[in-house]
Amino acid sequence: MTREVNVSEITEALAEMCIRANHFLSEDMKAALDKAAEKEGSALGKDILSQLQENLDIAGKDMIPICQDTGMAVVFLEIGQDVHLCGGNLEDAVNQGVSKGYTEGYLRKSVVNDPIIRENTGDNTPAVIHEKIVPGDKIKIILAPKGFGSENMSRIFMLKPAQGIEGVKKAILTAVKDAGPNACPPVVVGVGIGGDFEKCALLAKEALTRSTDERSPLRHIKELEEEMLEKINETGIGPGGLGGHITALAVNINTYPTHIAGLPVAVNICCHVNRHVSLTI
Amino acid sequence: MEYRLKVPFSGDEIRNLKAGDKIFLSGTIYTARDAAHKRMDESLDKDGSLPFDIKGNVIYYMGPSPARPGKVIGSAGPTTASRMDIYTPRLLDLGLLGMIGKGKRSPEVHDAIVRNGAVYFAAIGGAGALLSRCIKKSEVIAYDDLGTEAVRKLTVEDFPCIVVTDPEGNTLY
Ligand code: SF4
Repeated sequence: MTREVNVSEITEALAEMCIRANHFLSEDMKAALDKAAEKEGSALGKDILSQLQENLDIAGKDMIPICQDTGMAVVFLEIGQDVHLCGGNLEDAVNQGVSKGYTEGYLRKSVVNDPIIRENTGDNTPAVIHEKIVPGDKIKIILAPKGFGSENMSRIFMLKPAQGIEGVKKAILTAVKDAGPNACPPVVVGVGIGGDFEKCALLAKEALTRSTDERSPLRHIKELEEEMLEKINETGIGPGGLGGHITALAVNINTYPTHIAGLPVAVNICCHVNRHVSLTI
Repeated sequence: MEYRLKVPFSGDEIRNLKAGDKIFLSGTIYTARDAAHKRMDESLDKDGSLPFDIKGNVIYYMGPSPARPGKVIGSAGPTTASRMDIYTPRLLDLGLLGMIGKGKRSPEVHDAIVRNGAVYFAAIGGAGALLSRCIKKSEVIAYDDLGTEAVRKLTVEDFPCIVVTDPEGNTLY
């Protein structure tokens, strides 16, 4: 049995999601910030964290985006294989939703048409779209608007298998230290390990859409997440990069099988404005 | 230490600032980010002109989100300063005395800050809703076609920032 879904439903859903994601953080992010403000030992760091909490309050109350960089819209679509999409082209529908959300929601238009010529497209399209076909007759949409202060500090390391877990740890720490104050700490660190060049980058981005309080189901990866969070919070970078204990709120690691000759590691850094919302149609 | 300062600067009032000082700025500042810096640089090459008098002034590296009806401006926090590094020494040598952004600067910018007795401030990255409350007026004065990247003249009141690089070259990060 196939289920018909008109792509206009996706347009409408995304428009609303763009506005919501840029004004309200998910509960887990809010809780992580609250916990950080409580735990931070440095006076300046504590002050900055409390201003970030206040910023969040104002954003929701006055409907001013949490950050002026309302990001490039990254859209993950998990499309059930029993869904029949009708009413138009899927990617056009996604971009129409982004355009509507960014225009009607007074969000910043931060996308240029060509990476070299660089003319603003005026409506924040196109989005970066990742589609996956899954069992079932539902469509799950995840929207993660991504700011580029932190995106610019992300890295891919093509390690050798012999470098092993120590090499992975070093890669993660290097990326976070190099990012320093630029990525608007406290950051959330999304890590992809395995796959090939593009798969590990995608794993890292997907890891950022996981809840910050949900650890990997794999024991050795869960331990790695916890150990790296501790190590990152010993760097002293601190809130705003101005010194302190809380440099990261969470380290989320996703993995995938890889080739006998390789150990790809991608580190996708996200700022404290780690926006992700999801909806199932 | 905490200070309240008026912008533009004369130069004397910032001489004794120290990295780590907390500052509240009131007065007029100008926004410019990547594309506006590129245009200003090209304009200097062409005929030596800039869209505003740079002497004693402060540039805020910021591209706001659009203002809702009845509001002065949208979200308005700092962007990463290092992307402007390649253009900055020239502006400092022409009299720019302050910059507000986030993140580290190049050695060339550092030297130009010291050479000109200027100061680099950080505002809190990702606190654009909070910071927008300190902006009382906003007017596009150049490069309107750049949208969020246009040059804006802002009137600010008690705009909070922290001295990252002081005129002697001490640095907080
Ligand atoms: S890195 Fe994040 S918090 Fe910082 S300016 Fe960009 S979107 Fe905003």
